[in-house]
Amino acid sequence: MTTQATILIPLHRIAHARAGDKGNHSNISVFAYQPGYFDILLEQVTQARVAECFAARRPTAVARYVLANLHGLNFVLHDVLDGGVNDSLNLDMHGKALSFHLLTLTVSVPAGLRLHYD
Amino acid sequence: MKNYLVGCAAGGSGDRIDAAAPIVATLIRRATPAALIFENLAERTLAFAQLAKRADPQAGYEPLLDLELRPILADCLRHGIAIVSNFGAANPRGAAAHVLRLAAELGLPRPRVAVVEGDDLSDADGEALLRSLLPSAHARRAFVSANVYQGAVAIAEALKAGAQVVVAGRVADPSLTLGPAMAHFGWAADDWDRLAGATMAGHLLECGAQLTGGYFADPGFKDVPELHNVGYPIAEIAADGSCVLTKADDTGGMVDVRTVKEQLLYEVHDPAAYITPDVVADIMQARIEQLGPDRVRLSGVRGHPRTATLKALAYFEGGWLGEAEISYAGPNAEARARLAMEVVRKRMGADVDLRFDLIGVLSLFGDDAGRMLAGRPGPPAGDPLPGPASGDVRMRAAIRHADPHEVDRLLREVYSLWLCGPAGGGGVRSAKRQRLSNVTCLVPRERVPARFHFAE
Repeated sequence: MTTQATILIPLHRIAHARAGDKGNHSNISVFAYQPGYFDILLEQVTQARVAECFAARRPTAVARYVLANLHGLNFVLHDVLDGGVNDSLNLDMHGKALSFHLLTLTVSVPAGLRLHYD
Repeated sequence: MKNYLVGCAAGGSGDRIDAAAPIVATLIRRATPAALIFENLAERTLAFAQLAKRADPQAGYEPLLDLELRPILADCLRHGIAIVSNFGAANPRGAAAHVLRLAAELGLPRPRVAVVEGDDLSDADGEALLRSLLPSAHARRAFVSANVYQGAVAIAEALKAGAQVVVAGRVADPSLTLGPAMAHFGWAADDWDRLAGATMAGHLLECGAQLTGGYFADPGFKDVPELHNVGYPIAEIAADGSCVLTKADDTGGMVDVRTVKEQLLYEVHDPAAYITPDVVADIMQARIEQLGPDRVRLSGVRGHPRTATLKALAYFEGGWLGEAEISYAGPNAEARARLAMEVVRKRMGADVDLRFDLIGVLSLFGDDAGRMLAGRPGPPAGDPLPGPASGDVRMRAAIRHADPHEVDRLLREVYSLWLCGPAGGGGVRSAKRQRLSNVTCLVPRERVPARFHFAE
């Protein structure tokens, strides 16, 4: 058995994301910059890890949808916006910045992985 | 059959007013049947519009309508480019009258302006209908207004009847694009795959520059050329409902597979069932391909029959929002900001719900209950220098309350930190405003028919 050296990096180095709001729910889509990174997302950006990442907001449910054609995942976090855009006291009442909170998750990648973003 | 072009010149209320001219110039150059849409409504902006109408019955439509239309109305009318928008907000008739006044002022032939209605459920019958559908928890709340999301069919009918400008209130954002496409191609209201394709084209357009490099740039990772001059999007819709996404000529920004992917999933929950009033769209098998510079094709969208219900938003009195801030900088800044927090909390009393942020330490990611901030250790005692705790921290306190006097009390407490709080606080700012809060429910479609008429 061979062991490949791995390193931990922020998800931000291999994926991009956007957050949207509907009522009190937030959806965050996250896309691999390269098709070759998509398996890392599939394996490591799990429903459980995303729920843990947003635990302070007490989601009542977290759903993950896989969009293989687009090399992306869509997460729906229920009841995390403190009532939503018309009720929240957050400066960011839409939760627009939450995409970058998701991108702070760390992922384990091969040490020699070449990172490029186009 | 020739493609149909739809350009989008606004992705929300208060969007850039110079966005439309480059789109209209591009549409004219293409010499292809086309529409121009302005998307001006959201859950939050509709609440503002309802409050504005309550204060002044002549108001309640998009405040920037005049600035949006003035530069391009003559060109659109002259070149047969239909203008379709939800800028009617809470007062579509008021908006239509404004369009007619503007055309007269510009010396243009009187345009045919259609008003789409059926979305506003704010009258007594509407309130009774919604109260019968909402959970009893809302029974005692003070009702202000309600709107149901209407679809594309009434827009298409208005255009087929000769409308040059269609003014709507709360129609679903993608319906602004689907309506003109249905009118152009003559699609039936149950041609689900085509309807779904054009619906997703409309979904991609509805936030304006969010498709073309706006809301996307992340320097060093996602670089966007000439972001200051980002071009707004155009969809070239084909007779099969697929589309090519591009943007206004001679502008900045970009359209690539990354910008299109991010916007395709924006505000989408289940990608197999994106529900609009017109269709249930399924993008699980959607394909996105780069055809050339700033040209991306979307295909493979499937459609399923529309739902029997429409989504409605009911707005209730939401009390008052107050927020106030003060900054601390330099050595021990975070500790001084945290002390300011503690002073305000003690002065306000334990039974008042407040939110605190330490901007520069933790703010946007935090929750109203402050769990995240509480889980974060404060700076080390004595703040040894040099250290990250020596910084620039802005303490923000926020409150929501039914009683505006309680809001005033918070604002005064933050103000008095200038004199009575920790050392070196500066830059107090505060704001107070009335709020509406909204609740969603589903209304049987046949109870809330949409209709249009031409403005007199």
